[in-house]
Amino acid sequence: MFKRLSPPEATNEAVVTFRFDEQTVTARPGDTVAAALLTSGISICRSTPVSNAPRAPYCMMGVCFECLVEVDGNPNVQACQVEVRDGMHVHTQQGARRLIS
Amino acid sequence: MITHDLVILGTGPAGMAAATMALEHGITPVVIDEQPAAGGQIYRALERTPVRDRQILGEDYWSGESLIKGLKDPQIDYRPATTVWQLTRQREIGLLHDDKAEMICARHIILATGAMERPMPIPGWTLPGVMTAGSGQILLKSAGAVPQAPVVLAGCGPLLLLLATQYLRAGVEIAAILDTTPRDRYRAALKHVPGALRNASTLLKGVGLLRELRRAGVRHIKGVSALRAEGSGQLERVLWKQQGDDNWQTLETPTLLLHQGVIPNTQITRAVDCHHEWDEQQLAWKPRLDEWLGTDIPGIAVAGDGGGIVGAKAAGMQGQLAGLGAALALGKLTLENSTQRAQPIRKALARDTAIRPFLDVLYRPAKQWRLPDDDTLACRCEEVTGGEVRRMAEMGCRGPNQTKSFTRCGMGPCQGRMCGITVSELLADANQQSVEETGYYRLRPPFKPITLGQLAKAAEEG
Repeated sequence: MFKRLSPPEATNEAVVTFRFDEQTVTARPGDTVAAALLTSGISICRSTPVSNAPRAPYCMMGVCFECLVEVDGNPNVQACQVEVRDGMHVHTQQGARRLIS
Repeated sequence: MITHDLVILGTGPAGMAAATMALEHGITPVVIDEQPAAGGQIYRALERTPVRDRQILGEDYWSGESLIKGLKDPQIDYRPATTVWQLTRQREIGLLHDDKAEMICARHIILATGAMERPMPIPGWTLPGVMTAGSGQILLKSAGAVPQAPVVLAGCGPLLLLLATQYLRAGVEIAAILDTTPRDRYRAALKHVPGALRNASTLLKGVGLLRELRRAGVRHIKGVSALRAEGSGQLERVLWKQQGDDNWQTLETPTLLLHQGVIPNTQITRAVDCHHEWDEQQLAWKPRLDEWLGTDIPGIAVAGDGGGIVGAKAAGMQGQLAGLGAALALGKLTLENSTQRAQPIRKALARDTAIRPFLDVLYRPAKQWRLPDDDTLACRCEEVTGGEVRRMAEMGCRGPNQTKSFTRCGMGPCQGRMCGITVSELLADANQQSVEETGYYRLRPPFKPITLGQLAKAAEEG
């Protein structure tokens, strides 16, 4: 798990608030979703389609696709490549991504 | 479809230097970058990092400021947070920004898409809590985030040591550095020291890092010969063996950061089917490039680590060369003028990269770190083990496209990025043939996920 050298609440900066599953997460503007999760005590973001094994962000640079989550209903979003937005709804991606129309 | 003179992909040192050089010669480039802020991985988040104490990330990091300033010239059409999902040999580029897809075309393209970390497939490397040193550094630079509990760093290479010192300066507790550099490597690398002395400043920086870690009393365990990550559902402990000792040793930790060097990210050059060769010195694939860093596809060049690992400073120099190459190709410079202009850059480049043979030998990962054992996952996405790949070889698979068909290895969301090099090496080893003969995955667009709706919109407007 990760902690911030200076928590956003401790500085006078604005914070971004979003939902991760049933949880409210606070982040710094400009954070990626993956960074926000890792600094909020959330260590698992999806399970694999093959064996349902838990996975977490691994490379943080868009290469490994381990941090796939659902963002505002869109599955297969790389959490390390998307910035947090106020009011965003992020969900763990369980197994294979959902097909959306 | 709009046609631009020059499109540059990536804003690491190579991409930014290429853009500035092109502009100097009357070309107004479009610069595409996936990240929301310029700098690539090396200067990541430089303009907005919460890490304000400059000595934590070090002067090499902050030296990226001038390149970023150059990129911000209003004449440069810089497009951050834009994903490239397609590139064709006719230089058509598919872009995605904010749910909006479009196609553009370019007369000349410079790919400055950089490097990725070499996978380090040890038992347990898919457990949450196991990440890479690069990811640790990205979290530090972009979010000012550091491991909460004492962290274990394992592997080899300059980045591992740099991250350790950055953590040290930030007050992060390091439980241990498990150094996998084989003991005989130090002697083998010695003969390259005289050559490396041409770039003495980089060599001294490395020595400085080691000294800083030693003085701080960081537990640095050398000659690590086996490593595994264990835990139920997430990482709980790291186990290792040292050369000459058959006993496993253990450390409890929730965070393990792995690293064994970087390799060119060839995803896009592969997808357009540039000619690639296996570099036995660097143990990696790289596109074959000419003196202006052009690939075998007309109008497509590669600058920086994506064309073979050279490091940040040399990547910037290659960016300059590729910028000159673009000016030459677009008729803004004569061959004579560009050659003349390139000469001092080539000289500086040769001096800077003189350290590579030393680093390549010293930090060449041993076979056991590149070829996963039978029970360890090679392909993280489709969960295919080293043993399954070997069994496919026994059944007659000569190359990765065959194992892909039979096992789905390389067919998951990462499209082979994480297992590609491992599978090529595994099959070469099992079949007793060269990696070159074994080959690599055939890659296809889209390079990144795009929905049918987004795609349809691009078609309507194209």
